[in-house]
Amino acid sequence: MMQYIPFNIPFVAAALLVGVALFIFLFKRNLIKIVMGVAILSSGVNLFLIALGYRAGGVAPIYTATPEGVMVLPVPQALTLTNIVITVSVIALMLTMVMYIYRHMGDIDAKKSRLLKG
Amino acid sequence: MEYLTVHSPILIVAIPLLAAFIIPLLSRLGSKVRDTFNVSLLGFVTFLVAILAIDIYANGARIYTLGASVPELARPEGYMVPVRIMFQVDGISIFMGLTITVVALAALVYSLQFVKNETGQDRFYSLFMLLYVGMIGLVFTGDMFNLFVFLEILSIAGAGLASYRVNLADAVEGGFKYIVISAVSALLVLFAIGILYGQYNLLSIAALANTMQFNTLDMIALAMLAIAFVMKLAGVPLHMWAPDTYAVAPAGITPMIYMSSAASMYALYRVTFTLYGGQFDTMPIGWVVIILGVLSMFIGVMMAIYQTDIKRLMAYHAISQSGYMLLGVGVGLAVLTDPVALANYGRDAMNGGIFHIINNALYKGMLFLTAEAIFFRIGTRDLNKMGGLAHNMKWTTIFFIIGALAISGIPPFNGFASKLLIYESVFRFNPLLSIIAMFVSLVTLASFTKVFYSAFTGPEMPAYREVREVPKSMIIGMGIMVACIIFFSIFPGLVVDTIVAPATDALIDQASYINGVMGAAP
Amino acid sequence: MLSKIVRTISNQLILFILIFGLYIIMHGHVTPGGGFQGGAVVASGVVMLIAAFGSSEIKKSLRESHLSVVESSGALIFIGMAFAGMGTIFFYNFLVGTPVFGGIPPTGPNPGNVWTGGVIPLMNFGVGLKVMAGLSAIVLAMALFSSGEEMEE
Repeated sequence: MMQYIPFNIPFVAAALLVGVALFIFLFKRNLIKIVMGVAILSSGVNLFLIALGYRAGGVAPIYTATPEGVMVLPVPQALTLTNIVITVSVIALMLTMVMYIYRHMGDIDAKKSRLLKG
Repeated sequence: MEYLTVHSPILIVAIPLLAAFIIPLLSRLGSKVRDTFNVSLLGFVTFLVAILAIDIYANGARIYTLGASVPELARPEGYMVPVRIMFQVDGISIFMGLTITVVALAALVYSLQFVKNETGQDRFYSLFMLLYVGMIGLVFTGDMFNLFVFLEILSIAGAGLASYRVNLADAVEGGFKYIVISAVSALLVLFAIGILYGQYNLLSIAALANTMQFNTLDMIALAMLAIAFVMKLAGVPLHMWAPDTYAVAPAGITPMIYMSSAASMYALYRVTFTLYGGQFDTMPIGWVVIILGVLSMFIGVMMAIYQTDIKRLMAYHAISQSGYMLLGVGVGLAVLTDPVALANYGRDAMNGGIFHIINNALYKGMLFLTAEAIFFRIGTRDLNKMGGLAHNMKWTTIFFIIGALAISGIPPFNGFASKLLIYESVFRFNPLLSIIAMFVSLVTLASFTKVFYSAFTGPEMPAYREVREVPKSMIIGMGIMVACIIFFSIFPGLVVDTIVAPATDALIDQASYINGVMGAAP
Repeated sequence: MLSKIVRTISNQLILFILIFGLYIIMHGHVTPGGGFQGGAVVASGVVMLIAAFGSSEIKKSLRESHLSVVESSGALIFIGMAFAGMGTIFFYNFLVGTPVFGGIPPTGPNPGNVWTGGVIPLMNFGVGLKVMAGLSAIVLAMALFSSGEEMEE
């Protein structure tokens, strides 16, 4: 599947980013930090997808004026691009909701501004 | 007609998508034009779903490849695997499609009167059409990455609609919880898709099912997919978002968000039965699904007993009824590789579980609509403040009684038919599970009796003397669902043979799903 | 509103940013880029204008109804192109072989030819319009919201 990358650094970095994001979801209470956690999780998944397609000594998978050589896989790049577009929309929606919550409650701590309980 | 049948999988998805972007331009002509356009468009889509269903029950599954020269061309010449985006509609997909379309039609007619006082109405209908596109695309797709994209479409549209009333503080909070949970679960799905693609270089479900070896990375991918879909369908222990979001969504949207959870349940079944089922021993996965089902049933109904907010109470009941579906189909999954047990009770358990999906969509959706009708007239959801509404809102009371009897499993309603199938078949698998299911049904009846006494009976309260019945479009919306409930109650055997049994066959028979794509001649 | 130097330079730079964004959109099928990337570049130019002039000034020129029309028409171009091939199948590339964008690109490394791709450059254009208008509307609405006003309907 993958050629030998020294110490598999991109995959370790992707796993670290996903781990940091899961830590944020479990333990942080500020709403803006939760939004940042979603962004970090998305970055981790994007890094994982791009690193899957790497071929040793590869060049970019386009035909216009490229040097000769093995090309990296283009499909994970398409999946990553779609994910970036979706993440932009989701983050914009979440930030708008945080702004409305702040306007109504005056506080963006998830424990103090909870209305729905039980 | 032949043209419509062949192209119907993509027309059902693409026509509401086109409508979602025409509505902002069309609403400059006035609101009556826009309302007529919406209802007639959804009526046309219902007609397309009906003719596609008749064709599939007669001829078998149908595939549609985007961009090829003929729709059935799954693999271009010289290719061993499918490379284009594909829709594959088999028995379980069209079953979910029928359920979603009926609920969407009722919800749209209900919402026509409800949003007249709000601002930004054209965006409401655009998002509604996008939510419908997301759900139908999710159940029709034959491709793992398309599943992810449609899952995100329905999450974003659903969250935008759930927090539609931005002047109420709790509405925005409910919407925020929904979008955070949906974003996390969708990113976990994408991670699992990345793991599967890295191993096999394939994205199509049928091709992956053909070449799946069940090594450690595949088990990690299955665990991530299962966690993500359980998060999205509000199964215990990841159910915390559901009562908040169901309670604050405006009229007609709560049944649609509940159908999004049902579509995620379909995605869970598609992954476990078709992608991973077949040659491998499915008993451990089956037991996990059964345990999730029993936990959802029990905790859902126990938390519902002491709620005072009527929509939160119904949301907990929705979680509990999802447990029945997980229990029924989980029993089928556990005995999938055992032909004797499958023929004896596995098939009946799956029939019961899948029949319960459409029953629950109908009566749970209608109960949500009646609760929202009460909120529309008296402005509060607190049960302690209600009373004596049966004097003023006669239609709502009758619909509520029918819904409450159906959800508790009282004969002769359709809830009794599906629950009886589940009780009988699960009893032969493990008697303890069946006893828990019957106990949960009793507690459901008790809980709804409490709601009925508290909201509808009793002397007329002076504050509500001028409360009238809800407007006509809302009654028609609820009436569509009641008509379906009564039809299913009178002819349960007919419904099971026509709609539910092909769905069960489609889930159990993995080989025909693969052959539909890989065996198609170029 | 920032100082006069910033405003003057922003006025000059927005033209170049617009041209660069449109270049990325139109050459999406031969070089890296395409609809979303070019639209995001143009939207970042609009963000620069909002930061330089203040959201109240920009609200007078970029009205929300205009942005909504551009956004809807971009989406309708995309889906309309997909439906236009419905004689054969949805998303059918019916412009291959015709004089409009209809060349056949050679495989292997080559100097790129813009007049290839069929339906794809037109769909890139539709997506670029939608992303331009959509992202600008999002940032303008957020800037207006946090300064206390609302966007008019």
